[in-house]
Amino acid sequence: MPDKPVFATATRDRASTTVAADPVAASPLACAAAVISAEVGLIGSDAAGEGAAVARRRLAAGTRTGRLARRPGFVLAALFVAFVTLSALVPSLFTARAPSETSPTEKLRGPSTAHLFGTDELGRDMFSRVLHGSTLTIKAAGGAVLIAVIAGLAIGVLAGFFGGWVDSLLMRVVDVMLAIPILLMAMTIVTALGFGLLPMAIAVAVGIAPGFARTTRAEVLRVRSQAYVEAARTGGASWGRVLLRHVLPNSWGPVGVLAVLDFGAAVLLISSLSFLGFGTPPPAAEWGTLISAGRNYLITSPWLALLPGLFVGLVVFSLNHIARSLEEVQR
Amino acid sequence: MTRYLAGRFAQALLVLWAAYTVVFVILHVLPSDPITLQLSAGGADISQLTPAALHDLKDRYGLNNPVLVQYVHSLWHALHGDFGMSLTQNVTVGSLIADKLPSTLELTAVALPLMLGGGVGLAYLAVFVRWRPARTVLARLPAVGVSLPQFFVGLLLIQVFSFSLTWLPATGSDGWRSLVLPAVTMSLIGAAMLAQLLTRGFDDTWREPYIVTAQAKGLSRRTVQRRHVLRNACLPALTLLGIMLGYTVTNSIVVEAVFSRNGLGQLTQQAVLGQDVPVVQAIVLITAAGFVLVNLLVDLLYSLLDPRVASAAGAG
Repeated sequence: MPDKPVFATATRDRASTTVAADPVAASPLACAAAVISAEVGLIGSDAAGEGAAVARRRLAAGTRTGRLARRPGFVLAALFVAFVTLSALVPSLFTARAPSETSPTEKLRGPSTAHLFGTDELGRDMFSRVLHGSTLTIKAAGGAVLIAVIAGLAIGVLAGFFGGWVDSLLMRVVDVMLAIPILLMAMTIVTALGFGLLPMAIAVAVGIAPGFARTTRAEVLRVRSQAYVEAARTGGASWGRVLLRHVLPNSWGPVGVLAVLDFGAAVLLISSLSFLGFGTPPPAAEWGTLISAGRNYLITSPWLALLPGLFVGLVVFSLNHIARSLEEVQR
Repeated sequence: MTRYLAGRFAQALLVLWAAYTVVFVILHVLPSDPITLQLSAGGADISQLTPAALHDLKDRYGLNNPVLVQYVHSLWHALHGDFGMSLTQNVTVGSLIADKLPSTLELTAVALPLMLGGGVGLAYLAVFVRWRPARTVLARLPAVGVSLPQFFVGLLLIQVFSFSLTWLPATGSDGWRSLVLPAVTMSLIGAAMLAQLLTRGFDDTWREPYIVTAQAKGLSRRTVQRRHVLRNACLPALTLLGIMLGYTVTNSIVVEAVFSRNGLGQLTQQAVLGQDVPVVQAIVLITAAGFVLVNLLVDLLYSLLDPRVASAAGAG
């Protein structure tokens, strides 16, 4: 009978020493993954390689999220972006007031607990207007990044995969697009398409797509020369299968980081475009339009222009910070 | 070396031609034509015009010809410096741009040294400050500068320095006092990017083996920084400087809108608002030309400053 508890403490001791000895397996999740891979290793040599690979990947993913979660700056930025995204999808969740609800008795009030961002010249609640404005801005920016990712991936994969004259032609076109500054390119397209949310989204997408094309191409070229791609080809897999199963999943990292970074750039560009007056017509208002309208009251009521401006800055800063943290963790 | 130069020059011309073509395609081949765009922007309806009048109007701007003919025609004229007539103002595009360019160049001439000083100064501080909290703040500062929208910075400066302190005028373009705030606003993003690049370059270069050698020889921290680190870290900064200089017109669009300055940026905004196709096309071409030219100069400077590039160019 006294055998059992002794055995239990012994195993616990052994477990704690292994954890202490291996600095990588510091988290319980990683420890579990290591145990799983050890168990799989007993079953058979063939399954062991695959199982260990899966466990290793899980371990890497676990430590990666763990490392991200231990950065307070990253957590704050992620929470803020989550709040903005949620308020863009369902603005009524955070503000009870309608953005167009006027109240003549409460004109140009400063920020207070009743009106976090104050009220404008018609007595409309600015906080509500900013949150409803994020619906438009985030939608346009998200659409732009989506279009750019798809177009950039297509161009990059084509160029990286076929090489030769296809590659040279596509990359020269990309070079030319890069020689025209993004804001000017976007304004040219807005000239041709007219004003509004969709033209702005398309314009920004065309502006940022060349960057995606370049990054994707570089990644495809890097992954293409890896031994496992060669092995898959020798094993009889078609180019399409190799592309979908091996090349694309391994190219996601840098492309994902660029997508987050460009989301911030798209928010800035769309705010600038609507600040210049190319956005949706009133009373709907993106962030840039709000700031441009608030400008006329800068002397007497500076919060009208400055608080939404600060809000845009915070969103972009958070997105940039997330992108940088992701990049550092991937390295 | 001559062959390298000729090659780079030909390449620059090719990029310029391609940029012109891309913009032409965007502005002319997309479903709408300049006249319709311009009339609808002016508030008029295309149906108010009789077909004959519309035909005459299109004839005047050469829009009845096939697109390819229009393209060759406009390219030929652009080569001779003739960008046609503005659709909204009854003057040539060339004179319009010549009128606005000096004010924007003046602004850039003030903003560029500010950007250089700010960027290099911040990077130096970030390297030399030893106190940890200050170091962290200095390292984070450029990231904040890159994220803030230009219009926000401009309005904030106006609010603080023009309206609260009444030190400097908020708008207008008379004298150096009216140049300060727009130039600071314009230089901010560039300075932040420069500081980011230089800080990273300094950090990387300090880890190089030849720095250890230099320190082992007994050189002081300051001498190592000046003689070895700065020289090696400043090459990428040169490229960034070229890009920022090439972005002059783009940078001036928002700044001139905020400070109501009468320059090329404001002309661009007005041209897009009025959908004035010839003006937009000319501005994009000029910007691309500036960009290509500055980058050509940076490449040449590289081969002067970096012996490795020079020998590669000489061999190739």
